[in-house]
Amino acid sequence: MKKYMAYPYGVWMLIFIIAPILLVVYYAFTDKSGALTLGNFTSMLSYTSIFGRSFLLAFAATVVCLLLGYPLAYIMSKQPPRWQNFYMMLIMLPMWMNFLLRTYAWMSILENNGFINQFLQNIGVIRLLNTLLRPEAPIEYLPLINTGGAVVLGMVYNFLPFMVLPIYNVLIKIDKKLIEAAQDLGAPSGAVFRKVIFPLSMPGVIAGITMVFVPAVSTFVISKTLGGGKEMLIGDLIDLQFMGNAYNPQLGSAIALVMMALVFLCMLIMNRFDDGSGEEGGLLL
Amino acid sequence: MKRFFQQFYLLLLFLFLYAPIFTLMLFSFNADKSRVIWHGFTLDWYAELFRDSTIIHSLYVTLIVAFASALLSTLLGTVAALGIHCMRRRTKGVYLTVNSIPMSTSDTIMGVTFMLLFAMLMLEKGYLTLILAHTTFSVPYVVLNVMPKLRQLDKNAYEAALDLGATPSQALQKVILPEIMPGIVTGAIMAFTLSVDDFVVSYFTAGTTSQPLSVVIYSMTRRRISPKINALSTLLFLAVLILLVIINFRQSRDESHKNAQKPKYQPLKGVEN
Amino acid sequence: MKKILALALSALLMTSLTACGGSSDEVVNVYNWGEYIDTDLLQQFEKETGIRVVYNTFETNEGLYSRLQSESYDVVIPSDYMIARMIDEGMLQKLNLDNIPNYSLIDSKYTHLEYDPEQAYSVPYTWGAVGIIYNTKKVDEADTGSWDLLWNPKYAGQTAMFDNSRDALGLTLKLLGYSQNTTDKDELRAAADKIIAGKDNFQGFWMDQILEKLPNEEILIAPYYNGDAVTMMEDNPDLSFYIPKEGTNVFVDAMCIPANAKNIENAEKFINFMCTTEAAAANAEYIGYSSPQREVYEQLDEEIKNDPIHYPGEDTIANGEVFRNLPEEINEYYSALWTEILR
Repeated sequence: MKKYMAYPYGVWMLIFIIAPILLVVYYAFTDKSGALTLGNFTSMLSYTSIFGRSFLLAFAATVVCLLLGYPLAYIMSKQPPRWQNFYMMLIMLPMWMNFLLRTYAWMSILENNGFINQFLQNIGVIRLLNTLLRPEAPIEYLPLINTGGAVVLGMVYNFLPFMVLPIYNVLIKIDKKLIEAAQDLGAPSGAVFRKVIFPLSMPGVIAGITMVFVPAVSTFVISKTLGGGKEMLIGDLIDLQFMGNAYNPQLGSAIALVMMALVFLCMLIMNRFDDGSGEEGGLLL
Repeated sequence: MKRFFQQFYLLLLFLFLYAPIFTLMLFSFNADKSRVIWHGFTLDWYAELFRDSTIIHSLYVTLIVAFASALLSTLLGTVAALGIHCMRRRTKGVYLTVNSIPMSTSDTIMGVTFMLLFAMLMLEKGYLTLILAHTTFSVPYVVLNVMPKLRQLDKNAYEAALDLGATPSQALQKVILPEIMPGIVTGAIMAFTLSVDDFVVSYFTAGTTSQPLSVVIYSMTRRRISPKINALSTLLFLAVLILLVIINFRQSRDESHKNAQKPKYQPLKGVEN
Repeated sequence: MKKILALALSALLMTSLTACGGSSDEVVNVYNWGEYIDTDLLQQFEKETGIRVVYNTFETNEGLYSRLQSESYDVVIPSDYMIARMIDEGMLQKLNLDNIPNYSLIDSKYTHLEYDPEQAYSVPYTWGAVGIIYNTKKVDEADTGSWDLLWNPKYAGQTAMFDNSRDALGLTLKLLGYSQNTTDKDELRAAADKIIAGKDNFQGFWMDQILEKLPNEEILIAPYYNGDAVTMMEDNPDLSFYIPKEGTNVFVDAMCIPANAKNIENAEKFINFMCTTEAAAANAEYIGYSSPQREVYEQLDEEIKNDPIHYPGEDTIANGEVFRNLPEEINEYYSALWTEILR
C-alpha cells in the first residue's frame, strides 16, 4: 500500500474530470473563430426566463418530494425490520427501470384521452363540471399533459426515491435513547419530533434535497415528454445547442458553465443549514 | 388509528409509484396499438420486439459497456482508494474533492463536457468513448465504497503480516483485500447499475453503431410509439425484479451471520438527467 | 477476487464476440428522418448485398446538421436547403454517378434544382409539400383553408406546431404574406412574434410525435408533410389534409454522402438500391411520400397520380416555395429566434 497507487486515477481525473471542465470554460469564453469574447454570456441574458422556469419547477418538485418523501421515510423507519427491507425494495425497484420508460408511462395516464380523463368521463365528473361551470364550449377532458404541472409530476415520480432513501438512512440510525430521554422528560410526541427527530435527520434531508434538485434542474427529457416541448428548461437549452436545432456549442458551454455555478451556489447555501456531519451522509449514503 | 393512516399513506404512495408501471405492462399485451383502450390479449409485441435487431443490438452494447466500465472502474477505483488511504490529509482532500465532482454534477453537464473532450481528442464516438465516460462517473462510487472499509481496517494487521515475513503484495492479497472485499463488490455492482441505467451521458457520447438501449428507447419515444416499448418495459422490469430478489435473498443470508452496521441498500443513482 | 475478475472478463468477451460477430464485415451507416423508410427494404438490401445497414433516425434538418459535427455517417437524407448549406460548408462529398446507375431513373423535373444545380452531391429521395392535417369530426370545415387555423382560439390547446425553426417560421412567414426565404430580419421577427403569440393555442411543439397524436385525437390540427398525412389518414379516416391558400413549402429530400463518410462504396450501393423501381415503389407505398422516380410514378393508378395529397398538383408547386439556403447571419438569427420562441 503506497500512495503512488492513486496516481493512475489522478491522471485519469486530470484527463476526464478537470480537462473537460476547462474545455467548457474555454468554449464559453470564445466565439466560433476561437477569439475571446463575452458574447455568449451577454446573449444568455435573454434566456433568464428559462433559468427561472427551470429553478422554479425543480424547486417545486423538490418541495413536493420532501413533503411526500419525509413522511414515507419516517413511517418506513417505524415498521418492523422485516417489512422495512420489503418496503425499501419496493422503493428501489422502479428506480432500476429505465427512467425514459417510467416517464413515458405517464403519457398514457395524463393524455387528453388518457386513463385519468377516461375515468373522469366515466364517473361523470366532466359532465358535472360542464353543468356547474357552463364554459362557452363544453369541455371533454381536463388538460393535464403538456403543462408545467405534468413536468413537476414527472420529476417527482422519477426523483422521489432520492429523497426517501437518504432520509430513511439517517432516521434509522438515530439513537433511540435520545427519543426515549425526551419522552421521559415529558415532551409531547409533537415536540419530540420537532426538537429531536427532525433536527437529527437534517443531514438526510439536505442530501435528499440535493439529490432531487440537481437532476431535476437539468433534466431535458421530462420536459420534452410531458411538457410538450413548449417551454424549455435549461437542459433542453443545452441540448438544443449541442445536439438539437440551434447548433452553437460555445453558447451551450456558457449556459452549462452558468448552470454549474448556480447549482454549486445552491448547494453551498444548502450546506449552510447543515452542521457538517451530514457531508459524508450526502456522498456515501 | 394512527397505524391505519400510516399504512394507508404507504399504500397510496406505492400505488403512485407502481400504477404507471403496471399500466405500461398491461398494455404490452394489448391487441391494438392503442395505449389507452383495451382491445384483447396478444403476445405479438413480444415477437416484434425480438425481431427488432436494433433493440437486440443495443442490449449487447449496454451489456458490453456496463461490464467493461464496471471492471475498469472497480480496478481503477480500488487501487486509487488504497493509494488515497495512504496520503497525507491535504492531498487526500484534493483527491476526494475532485473525485466527488462527477457525483455532484448533473448528467447533462457531464455529457456535454465529455462530448467536447472527445471532439478535442479526435476520438470518434463509439464503444471506447462510452466506456471511458461511464468509467469516469462510476469510479467515485467505487472509491467511496472502498474507503470506509480501509478506515475500519486494523492498521496493525498489515504491519504484522509484513513482520511475519509476507511480501507487501502478499500482505495486500491475504490481509487487506479480503477485508475490503464487500466494499469492492458493492462498488462494482453500483458501477454496473449506473452504466446500465445511464441515458444522458450516453446520449452525448454514443456513436452511431454503438447506441445503448436507453438511447434507442429515447429515439423510439420520439416517433410513432409502438407497444414494443411496453413489452420491453415489462421484460426489463421482470429482469430487475428477479435480480433484486436474488441480491436481497443473498444479503439477508449474509447478514444473518454478520451484523453489519452499514445501511443495507445503496441508493443507486438510478435516474439520470 | 480472481474468480470474479475471470468471470467478468469471460462474460465481457462472450458478449462482445456475439455483438461484434457481424461488425467485421461490410456496413453502411444510414441516417434518415424518422418514419421515413420501409424497414423491410433494409433487410432486403442486406440480403442482396451482404452489407449490414446501421440505421438511425433524426428529427429535423437542423438536428442532423448538429449531429454531423461530431458523428460520421455514410448516407444522410437532408432536405433541399440543408443540402445547399452542407455543400457550402464542405460537409458533403461529390457523388460518382457512374456508381449509381439508377440515378438515370430519377425524373429530370426533380434534378438540377437550385439547391444542387450541378446535381453533383445528391440523389432525390422524395418530394412533397407541407400542409395542415385536421380532424373533420371536430373541426368546422368553414374554418379551414388557411394557416391561421393553427392560431384559431376555437381550438385552443388542440393544435400543434413544428418543432424546427425553418418549417415553423416558414409557414408563419407565408401566413403573414412574406417569402419563406426572406432575409429581412423585421419579417422574421414578426413571424417569431406571431408564433410566440400562438403558444397558448398550441398544445406542443412536435415532429414525428404528431404521427401518433393526430390519429389518437390528442390534438385536432397540426401542420405536417403530405406523405405523413397519407399515413395518418390510413390510421384514422376522420383526418383530412389541405394545402393552405397562402402557399406552402415544396421540398425535395435527397440522399447524400457526408464528407466524413467511411464506407463510400457501400453508400453508393445503398443509394443505387433505393433508386431501383422496385425499392422506390415499395418505399413510396409504405411511407406515403411522393416519389421522384419516373417509373414509380408511371406505374401508379390514375387515382393516386391525381390525388393532391399523394402527389401535390401543379398549382401547389406554382404557389409554393422551395427553401433556399440562407446567409450564415440569417441562419444564426433563426437559431436565436427559435430559442427565444421556446424560452
